Amino acid sequence: MQHTANARRWLRWETMLAVALVADIGFNAGVSPYFMDAWTWSDATFYFTERGLIALPLALLIIAGEIDISVAGIMALASVAMGTAALHGVDTPGLVAIGLVTGTLAGAINGLLVTVGRVPSIVATVGTMSAFRGAAYAVLGDRVLNHYPASFATFGQGYAFGAISVELIVFLVVAALTAVLLHATRWGPSIYAMGANAAATRWSGVPVDRYKFLLFCATGSMSGLAAVLLTSRLGSTRPSIAQGWELEIVSMVVLGGIAVTGGKGTIGGVVLAALLLGFVNFGLSLLNLPGLVMWIVIGTLLIAVVAIPALIERWRTSS
Amino acid sequence: MSDPFLVLAHVGKTFGATRALADASLELYSGEVTALVGENGAGKSTLVKMLAGLYQPDKGDIRIDGHTVRISSPTAARQLGISIVHQESLLFDNLSVAENVVIDAIPLRRGVIDRNEMRRRAADVLRQLDAPFTADQLVGELSVAQKHLVQIARGLSHSARIVVLDEPTAALSHRETQDLYRVVERLKTAGCAILLISHRFEEIFASADRYVVFRDGCDVGRGRIGDIDRQRLIELMIGRTMEQTYPARAASASGSGADILRVEGLSRDREFRDITFSVRGGEILGFYGLVGAGRSEVMQCLFGLTRPDAGRVVMQGRDVTAVSTGAAVANGLAYVPEDRQHQGAILPFSIASNIALPSLQGLSRFGMQRRSAVAELASRWIADLQIKTTGPGQSVDGLSGGNQQKVVLAKWLATRPQVLIVDEPTKGIDVGAKAAVHAVMRDLAASGIAIVMVSSDLPEVLGMSDRVIVMRRGRVRARLDRSEASAENLAQAATAA
Amino acid sequence: MIDVRTFVLARHAFVANRDAVLACIVVALVGLISLRFPQFATPGNLAELLDDTAILIVLALGQMLLLLTRAIDLSVASNLALSGMIAALFNRSYPEAGVAAAIALACASGTVLGAFNGLLIWRLRLPPIVVTLGTLSIYRGLIYVISRGTWVNSSEMSPAFLGLVRERFLGLTCLSWLAIVCSVAFWALLRHTILGRRLFASGGNPTAAAYIGIDAGRMQFFAFTLSGALAGICGFLWVSRFAVAYTDVALGYELQVIAACLIGGVSIAGGVGTVFGVVAGCLFLGVIRSALPLVGISPFWQMAVNGLVISAAAIINARGDRSGRRQAILETVDAERRTQGN
Repeated sequence: MQHTANARRWLRWETMLAVALVADIGFNAGVSPYFMDAWTWSDATFYFTERGLIALPLALLIIAGEIDISVAGIMALASVAMGTAALHGVDTPGLVAIGLVTGTLAGAINGLLVTVGRVPSIVATVGTMSAFRGAAYAVLGDRVLNHYPASFATFGQGYAFGAISVELIVFLVVAALTAVLLHATRWGPSIYAMGANAAATRWSGVPVDRYKFLLFCATGSMSGLAAVLLTSRLGSTRPSIAQGWELEIVSMVVLGGIAVTGGKGTIGGVVLAALLLGFVNFGLSLLNLPGLVMWIVIGTLLIAVVAIPALIERWRTSS
Repeated sequence: MSDPFLVLAHVGKTFGATRALADASLELYSGEVTALVGENGAGKSTLVKMLAGLYQPDKGDIRIDGHTVRISSPTAARQLGISIVHQESLLFDNLSVAENVVIDAIPLRRGVIDRNEMRRRAADVLRQLDAPFTADQLVGELSVAQKHLVQIARGLSHSARIVVLDEPTAALSHRETQDLYRVVERLKTAGCAILLISHRFEEIFASADRYVVFRDGCDVGRGRIGDIDRQRLIELMIGRTMEQTYPARAASASGSGADILRVEGLSRDREFRDITFSVRGGEILGFYGLVGAGRSEVMQCLFGLTRPDAGRVVMQGRDVTAVSTGAAVANGLAYVPEDRQHQGAILPFSIASNIALPSLQGLSRFGMQRRSAVAELASRWIADLQIKTTGPGQSVDGLSGGNQQKVVLAKWLATRPQVLIVDEPTKGIDVGAKAAVHAVMRDLAASGIAIVMVSSDLPEVLGMSDRVIVMRRGRVRARLDRSEASAENLAQAATAA
Repeated sequence: MIDVRTFVLARHAFVANRDAVLACIVVALVGLISLRFPQFATPGNLAELLDDTAILIVLALGQMLLLLTRAIDLSVASNLALSGMIAALFNRSYPEAGVAAAIALACASGTVLGAFNGLLIWRLRLPPIVVTLGTLSIYRGLIYVISRGTWVNSSEMSPAFLGLVRERFLGLTCLSWLAIVCSVAFWALLRHTILGRRLFASGGNPTAAAYIGIDAGRMQFFAFTLSGALAGICGFLWVSRFAVAYTDVALGYELQVIAACLIGGVSIAGGVGTVFGVVAGCLFLGVIRSALPLVGISPFWQMAVNGLVISAAAIINARGDRSGRRQAILETVDAERRTQGN
């Protein structure tokens, strides 16, 4: 069954990622003696906790055969909504609720466009990406919102057990839930099936449109939650918040072994990819390399990740 | 007797581990139609692709008019005077009819496309085929049958000496088939050597002069059509004698009992109108008609894939009109679609995944999958239906057409349906495997399931159905009991000819 | 059953009219705005408008070629920026080499960058969206690497480098002329050459194209290379026109390019699109962009409006597309062949 097919893939893809991760940790430790310290590692995790949170439901969505590149736009919208609410005195629980609800509604818009409007998800989310980001700019202009209540900061700046941050806990919990959903519940096989052949899955009695709508909503919700974490960590909101993140998040998903064509991939791979990108990014900052170099790394990894299996396949069939 | 114009001598072709052609020889004579028959996997499509210049033979020669040739590419094939009308649709919906017809030889004038010449050539061929559309229309706007005519037009658009027709009448209406036969006659008179690949015996015996039988990559028989009969052809194809009969009906009168499914006045704009019928447990209701009559559309609507504009569907006394597919399945309805590879099964997935897909809810506990239950279900059906496979983990695309169909059947039978709709159950399945599928259907009917069978295969409809409904252009035209149904009146109701 | 002829005629009318409707909308918009702001419709201002939109037109034509063959290029803006930076750096170091050398270098750079995309997609059968997402990042990062984060200012650019885009022939700058020439050339290519029809064929039905000996992958490679070359030239034009080169040049511009194509009726599923539609789509976006500041809308609301326009265009485009193959650019060239089965 699909499980054995995944088991075989584990031996190739996820192992490669794990090896790369270990190699990078070793490299980082070599560069800086301060690296092998719990608090340093904790700092490193902030790269992937927020992005990874979104990468998880996005992975499900891509496995199901769709895509959502408006996630960073949703983050901006949610952050602006929270900031505006904070300005009007709304307290922390309310702010979190607003962030989540904004995200979910935005996701629902995407979901409706795709399932009811029959717009291909790439086209729909290209549009909503601009619309959401644009709305954030329209509301906020060039202002900054930073009147957040003190308790709001615990999400992004708080620690739960020693050096383990609240963000990391949130990420791990959501990762576990997502993994259970995809690999253990009865909805998992349907998600894979939808991505491999939506028509056959629909013709098997599976409510494909309903599941896809829910996945879009989930992606929106997690974008909202990530906005809560990020805003809380930064303590402020600008309309340019999380600019360019959609690229990094999709890269994280693809790096995790999720095929853009749908029907394949595991959550374990996505988590490994998140860890790998997080530690690579941290390593670059240890070397005092600026953010743009990370772009080169992500781009190269992305291409390598799809090119290497293809090269191996060509080499195998030609010999 | 003249010399053959085209000779394939002891041709072989292997792909990795698969030997598509072992030792195949074939001759085509000018002015004659040679029919090539064989089951799926016998090597027919590989042969066609070789003549098309897409593959090169690993061994053996190809000789045209006495000279050994190498058909190195589609362009080379055309230059050698070979023209192929492929089975698959090789049309470009986004281009015009004229462009599609001349696509492999677009006329140029001073480096730029000569549209007038293009239109003229296309119109020429279209006139020969009596086509009801113009050369300027976009192919995407034509009906399935019209598109097929364009494909045939492409094959005939350049003066070819060898014409290969691969299942040419599969999508055509009766009238269009007659038109095609006239064109074939004209080609014969012009001296073309024609290779006809078909599984329709009526067509073979009506239009072919000679025959060649392929089996397992080799030619196993050849001769003049007049010297052989259908029975013997089948024997050559499958390598053993076989009675072409259909399984006997159960001794007890089928259809004893109340209606399980009743459809009243079902209509859907532009697809079908006023469809009324009912089916009882234990009976097989055949739906006959030509391609495009609207039968599949009715079934898809029943199954919840589309919404009806009017009408009622009642299952066991409960109104189930316009429910979702999930609800339809829960109500006991199952639909085995016509296109088993794209709508019936998920090819890259395993047999077990496919069989379990509609039944996931029942195979889980508290929302969690029970892998053991899935494995057990798959093994049981593999045994029950005798699916030839290496195990439940084998992916479906590695199975033969007949076994793929069994997987799709298994998947639906696992939902314990009360009404099973099968759409072209044996299309593209070998003669040997067909009988197995028919036997399964008979057994299911005997166990009390109501079966609705959509089929364009007249012998199958006559052999399997207890009652027959004939549809034409979206409406029910005839209802016949088994005792009243005959090839003539079914064909007549379907074509109103 | 249904009246096929009427349906066919109606659909033909829809497709032919779609471009006409868009053109009318553009003209109507210009008319409306000039009612309120008469200076908008003056020849001088319209020429300015064409100048502003010229780069978008050239890039969108290249993107159309890619979309036709069922590919997409998300790296086009990064390509533009990198090639522009290369030209600027070269000019800063060797101003005596002249502007032609700088243009040639930018064009060569763009061609190589585009061909890299094309090779990966053609030879390794990788999905275009993933490859160009990767090169988008890589090329953008490379700008930083070669410039070491510094800017190239107008004071560091030779007069010849800056002068070319500001010269006018018959009232239009070479930007506008390039857009016009490209439009005509692309139209001729697509309508009247075999290569053009093959591009349509390979995007419309790659399997069928293979049977006729058309390699869909090679068509995509050609499209990527040509599109890359154009991006390279536009890189020089952009950097010269705005008299500055830095890492964030044209950041996110690929979105505008794709939006222009979608507005212009190019199908995301491949095989459908017209030069007229693409140009009209670009002009539509251009008119809106230049009208919004006139009307007094803040730059931030402009972004929102831009975003809404793109969304609406994307949705209308998708609704009008009945091809059934909805997400072709997510797939590789082989996908259709694989799903044929048996």
